[in-house]
Amino acid sequence: MKVLITGIAGAHAQLVALRLVDNGHEVIGIDVRPWQGAPRGVTIFQTDVRKRPAADVFRVHRPDVVIHMATVTHFNASAEQRYRVNLRGTQAVFRYCDEFGVKKAVFVGRHTIYGAAADAPLYRNEDEPPLAVSTFPELADLVAADLYASRALWSCKNMRTVVLRLVYALGPSGRGTLASFLAGPRVPMAMGFDPLFHVMHEDDAAKAIVLAAESEIAGVFNIAGPPPVPLSVLCRATHRTAVPLPESVLKRALGRFGLPRLPPGAIAHLKHPVVVDNAAFVEATGYDYGYDEHQTMASFCDANILREDRGL
Amino acid sequence: MWRRVISDEVRERIERLDLPFNRWGLDPYGISKDHLGLFLTVLGQAHKHYFRVRTRGIENVPGTGPAMLVSNHSGGLPTDGGMIVASIFFDREPPRLAHGMVEKFAQSWPFMGPWFSRVGQLPGLPEHAKRLLLDGRLLMVFPEGARGTGKLYRDRYQLERFGTGFMRIALETGVPIVPIAFIGGEEAIPTIYHAKYLAKLANAPYFPITPYILPVPLPVNCEVLYGAPMHFEGTGNEPDHVIDGYVAQVKARVEELIAEGRGAGVNHEAEAS
Repeated sequence: MKVLITGIAGAHAQLVALRLVDNGHEVIGIDVRPWQGAPRGVTIFQTDVRKRPAADVFRVHRPDVVIHMATVTHFNASAEQRYRVNLRGTQAVFRYCDEFGVKKAVFVGRHTIYGAAADAPLYRNEDEPPLAVSTFPELADLVAADLYASRALWSCKNMRTVVLRLVYALGPSGRGTLASFLAGPRVPMAMGFDPLFHVMHEDDAAKAIVLAAESEIAGVFNIAGPPPVPLSVLCRATHRTAVPLPESVLKRALGRFGLPRLPPGAIAHLKHPVVVDNAAFVEATGYDYGYDEHQTMASFCDANILREDRGL
Repeated sequence: MWRRVISDEVRERIERLDLPFNRWGLDPYGISKDHLGLFLTVLGQAHKHYFRVRTRGIENVPGTGPAMLVSNHSGGLPTDGGMIVASIFFDREPPRLAHGMVEKFAQSWPFMGPWFSRVGQLPGLPEHAKRLLLDGRLLMVFPEGARGTGKLYRDRYQLERFGTGFMRIALETGVPIVPIAFIGGEEAIPTIYHAKYLAKLANAPYFPITPYILPVPLPVNCEVLYGAPMHFEGTGNEPDHVIDGYVAQVKARVEELIAEGRGAGVNHEAEAS
């Protein structure tokens, strides 16, 4: 089948593209960034998903399946830029999907939209509301994009829609939200708290996305791999130094002293866990992860040492 | 560091727990062998030497599979919860870990909240209760809730209103209920007054004041009585009056056990004198 991936130049989207090519699918991609060394069988259109040329890709190539991965998760981008890409971009992609007869749309969202709170259940299933709107207001654009994509489940009658909520993907690419958080040698922690972090290997994440695209499922699904690990263990396993700071100091220290820059809302995620239950996806597709928590953290750590050796 | 404090007995018993620990000594709920070791070493000292807890009917706690342990709640601090966890860990062969349902406010406290989570005492949410039971774990429930711990000394062993949520969950998950009476908790922290201002400051529902001011438990001999498992048939969707009837049966059984335990307690004191 013909699969269109938006945001294909992203590290995790590339893994999805490679897997699809391996499985014998024709892959086309849209991204504002180039993908140097894209394999044979992948056609890239360098444009913004919200711009006219993107609509033409849908119009001319008529993909069967669209995997929407063009979202910004890092906070180096301004709030307006995140809103434009995450919400307006998602809106545009789903409009094209509906208009140009796409049979299946897969939205790749994040588990962080469930939000971290002291009184939230440890394992969230798909019925849980997105608390992040209040606990982590800076994620509102991703919450809105997720809910907008879910809307297609009932409004786009001729299309199967799958909304995936993936836990943090970590791996040799060293890219992604959690990888940026762990990029430096020191990792901030909220003193007196050690939340569970739900992490999966990036290959397992790609495997789940491809499975969602190839199978007949529709609906909202959490995607996770091995059981979660406390942030302290994550730091230890990736050879980072955890720096526990009282909450009042932590707010001011973020972005300074070699600590990652995070918005104030992120503090909730350093205090309480966001862990998901992926039973629904496992039951629907028979999905199983390949890398346990130890292998996942080690793969990120080993690749990171290599990158540091090369001075990258 | 503090790993050295963990007693050999506790270490050996933790290895025999039926929990799926990974190579980091963590289970899927974030329960950690190290934290559990320290927690149970401390509880073990209190259980054996401070409260000298006597256990009766421990064979009523199933060796495998899920069960809901339903107990009376004592005033002041939840010494009862800690001692029931200790009694199931130390007095039972093989040991098991009872999961308590901690008041939600404790989760927002630094240090305290994560410690509760690392030793399997999760916030009291129905989602947690169901998940743990469906996972085949032992769930410890105090249907009196904060009403129970907020009891004053003059009301000791008078059961407060039982919540009904536990019964619906037991029916839905089809697990047996093991009634429990905990004797001694009321005398350990004789609460005579609630300091509302301090409670507000700590973001807690109450702050107990004892005749000696601080809510520090006294070394009172305690006893845990486990009754025979009770089985109820249903889906959890029964009307309130049906559920109320089942809850009343459990409450009556806990009351009987309390009477049994207190009667026996008087005899012990008489024997001792």
